[in-house]
Amino acid sequence: MLLGPSLAVSAILFSLGVVGVLLRRNAIVIFMCIELMLNAVNLTFVALSQQIGLDGQVFVFFVMTVAAAEAAVGLAIVIAVYRHRDTVNLQRINLLRG
Amino acid sequence: MTPLTGTAADWIWLAILLPFAGFLVNGAVAFLRPQSKRLVSAVGVGAVAAAFAVGVAVFVAVLRAHPAEPYVRTLWSWIPVGDLQVDAALQVDQLSVVMLLVVTGVSSLIHVFSIGYMQDDPGYARYFAYLNLFVAFMLVLVLGASYPVMFIGWEGVGLCSYLLIGFWFEEKEKADAGFKAFLVNRIGDFGFLVAMFLIFTHLGSLDFREVFARAPQTLLPGGGTVTAIALFLFMGCVGKSAQIPLYVWLPDAMAGPTPVSALIHAATMVTAGVYLVARSNILFAMSPVACAVVAGVGALTALFAATIGLKQWDIKKVLAYSTVSQLGYMFVGVGAGAYAAGVFHLITHAFFKALLFLGAGSVIHVMHRAYHHTHSHADAQDMRNMGGLAAYLPWTSRVMWVATLAIAGIPPLAGFFSKDEILGAAFARGAADPFYYVVWAFGLVGAFLTAFYMARLMLYTFHGPNRTGDLARPHLAEAPWVMTGPLVVLAVLTVLGGLLNLPHVETLQRWLEPLTERSAALLPALAPATGVEIALMALAALIGVGGIWLATRMLKPEALQTPERAPQETGFAKLLLEKYRVDELYAAVIVRPLVWFSRVVLWKGVDAGAIDTAGVNGSAALARGLGWIGSRLESGQVGTYVVFFVIGAIAVLAALLR
Amino acid sequence: MTVTVIAFWAFAGVAIASAFLCITRRSPVASALWLVNTLFCLAALYVLLDAHFIAAAQVLVYAGAIMVLFLFVIMLLNLGHTDTDMKGPWGRVVAGVAGLVLLTELIALRLAGPPGDLTLPAGTMAGMVAERGAVRAVAQPLFQGYLVPFEITSLLLLAAIVGAVVLAKRRL
Repeated sequence: MLLGPSLAVSAILFSLGVVGVLLRRNAIVIFMCIELMLNAVNLTFVALSQQIGLDGQVFVFFVMTVAAAEAAVGLAIVIAVYRHRDTVNLQRINLLRG
Repeated sequence: MTPLTGTAADWIWLAILLPFAGFLVNGAVAFLRPQSKRLVSAVGVGAVAAAFAVGVAVFVAVLRAHPAEPYVRTLWSWIPVGDLQVDAALQVDQLSVVMLLVVTGVSSLIHVFSIGYMQDDPGYARYFAYLNLFVAFMLVLVLGASYPVMFIGWEGVGLCSYLLIGFWFEEKEKADAGFKAFLVNRIGDFGFLVAMFLIFTHLGSLDFREVFARAPQTLLPGGGTVTAIALFLFMGCVGKSAQIPLYVWLPDAMAGPTPVSALIHAATMVTAGVYLVARSNILFAMSPVACAVVAGVGALTALFAATIGLKQWDIKKVLAYSTVSQLGYMFVGVGAGAYAAGVFHLITHAFFKALLFLGAGSVIHVMHRAYHHTHSHADAQDMRNMGGLAAYLPWTSRVMWVATLAIAGIPPLAGFFSKDEILGAAFARGAADPFYYVVWAFGLVGAFLTAFYMARLMLYTFHGPNRTGDLARPHLAEAPWVMTGPLVVLAVLTVLGGLLNLPHVETLQRWLEPLTERSAALLPALAPATGVEIALMALAALIGVGGIWLATRMLKPEALQTPERAPQETGFAKLLLEKYRVDELYAAVIVRPLVWFSRVVLWKGVDAGAIDTAGVNGSAALARGLGWIGSRLESGQVGTYVVFFVIGAIAVLAALLR
Repeated sequence: MTVTVIAFWAFAGVAIASAFLCITRRSPVASALWLVNTLFCLAALYVLLDAHFIAAAQVLVYAGAIMVLFLFVIMLLNLGHTDTDMKGPWGRVVAGVAGLVLLTELIALRLAGPPGDLTLPAGTMAGMVAERGAVRAVAQPLFQGYLVPFEITSLLLLAAIVGAVVLAKRRL
């Protein structure tokens, strides 16, 4: 019953996350938008689990775990980069230029 | 099993191999030991003399066998490509064996003459090597059993002509003359090639036997195809045999050594065109238009060149224009359908023109020596520097007078009979087609002028006071016997040559009959009434005598001045001296636009512009541009990468939506 | 128009508005706080969708731990709000267009629901939750069907801990 609207909300949140990633230059804010995208996906899983089964919720559990791990490591990287380049502005961090 | 199998005719290929071997040996000597003149002379003369011996043997075999069909000696399979089967094959029949004898015989005499003439030249070995190669190619030409084999010979003699004309290539003029000869010839060769393509397309073969058998059945007589074939073949003749408009290379070819002029540009190579028409007589006989064109061009050239010869001062140039003119007569003969007459004149002309050139060569040789002793730079070939040489070169003078009488058409010398037959054939053909009356008239006027300018040459060179200069005169003496000997032999041949085809006896015509009878059936009969015949003969003789007489009356050798002091020519005489400025016309109308086109359009426009700039450099620039665009993708900016990432994801989703 | 539906749309609207504000604020701290708000609303939506345990986990782990970590890092690096934090006009256009296109595609895709033979009858989820309890409903498949991924996840977390410590050290 709530499936359709849930999926719509999830789509909107996901798109907002993408816009945020494309819009911002601050590495940490971009990270937060990625977390937003992950949450939108979680919402999809949960909404669909009503129709299909508990497997959806189990999956959300794992997604959250992995998101946590990823956030920890990612922020550690950001700190390390900040120490070297004194900035988290992605435009200035371009040493991987080809 | 033809009558000639197993006879000397099987060894016909030796006639080509021997001179070719001579070329290889002399060529090697030219590289390794250029000073060994004795070896070179022996090999050079020996090779050609041996070829002549082979020719005699084959001739005897043909004489005994009297074959009705040509005998083809196949050596190996040359081009076996689908429908096109061309063998390396030589043909022995009445016509080719006659040409073989003439070529090798006259060549041998000229080789002997060259021993004396080229004695002091450092390129002695090279000269004989080229000369032998020329003989080999010329024999390929006359003995070939198919058009492609003949074409090999055709091109080969063109090559040797180039090599020999530009023999003294250190002088730019002489090198240019060789180049001009080759280039102008090439234009004619294009015609020959097109004719071969047409023949193959319509008749399916290029062998003489098959082409001449199929042509009367497959092609429409008088139709467009056979006329086109004949005319394209004639285009080749116009180039090789120096007719209008491609004759311009022959006078320039006089830059080569005089024996070369004698052999190549008088007796043999230039006659290849006449041989081609005689060989392809069926094709020409089937097309009255082509016959008329051949005869017309021949007559026009005969007259045109004779007028130019009236005012030339260089002795060799007079003879060159005379050659062009006499070739015109030969074409009148074969054009009018009198193939035997044309070949007859070819043979007699070979004798007396070679004699004239070699005689001139003697004169030049002697003049050169005289000037060399006095360190003078005067022109040894200018008649205004000569005069009264009969006293110093008695033998040369005598034989050259024999040749002059022959070429003027005085009976009973060879030239009278051959020229008279040609004019008689033209006149007879005029009854069926009035155009030939015009041809005949041209020929008659040309004969008169021929007698005149030849007498002029003799008067200015051998008679009257001597203008060589007091310093050089004591050095004038008869040429050595190695040079005068061949002259005498040729003189004898000139006197006796008329016996080959006396009227009503017609030895040569009957000899060639197996090859010409089919075309004779296609043409209107050429048998004028006896009374007309005698009248024409008398007229021809009268013209010859008249021309010489007028020359002796009009021309005053005493009034001549040496070139430095001679007055400038004016008016029509100037135009003749400048050979109607034809070369200048060609340069302005053809050469310059072509060079301009090549330089501006083809070189700068297409080659440098389109291909280099747009093509090569352009593709490099394009690659560089694409590479630059690609490099912008690797900016190191994570933000850009994400954008592309998202675009890719959108695209994948779009694909999923389908 | 049951209470469920009204509540759903209310929380959904707030979530979307917070998300929008999150991505447009210049200050990173503000962005983080708006994201926290979004996560809370999502948790409420999970409750409405009968995923009680997941809702609790969302609040505890996501909003409570991960976002706190974010805020810690922001404050540790002492980031102010600089003007160059957002992309220029062209970048905004690209972002907006991409977002719209993506949204359209996603809506189009999601209009197709799950296939009929996979669908459980309505009310099953609520029944299961009521019958076993929220935690047990999730724990049973987790420790029975998905035991191996569960164990591997623990390894993953170990790796993450070590990685984070090593990467953030001043000197190795």
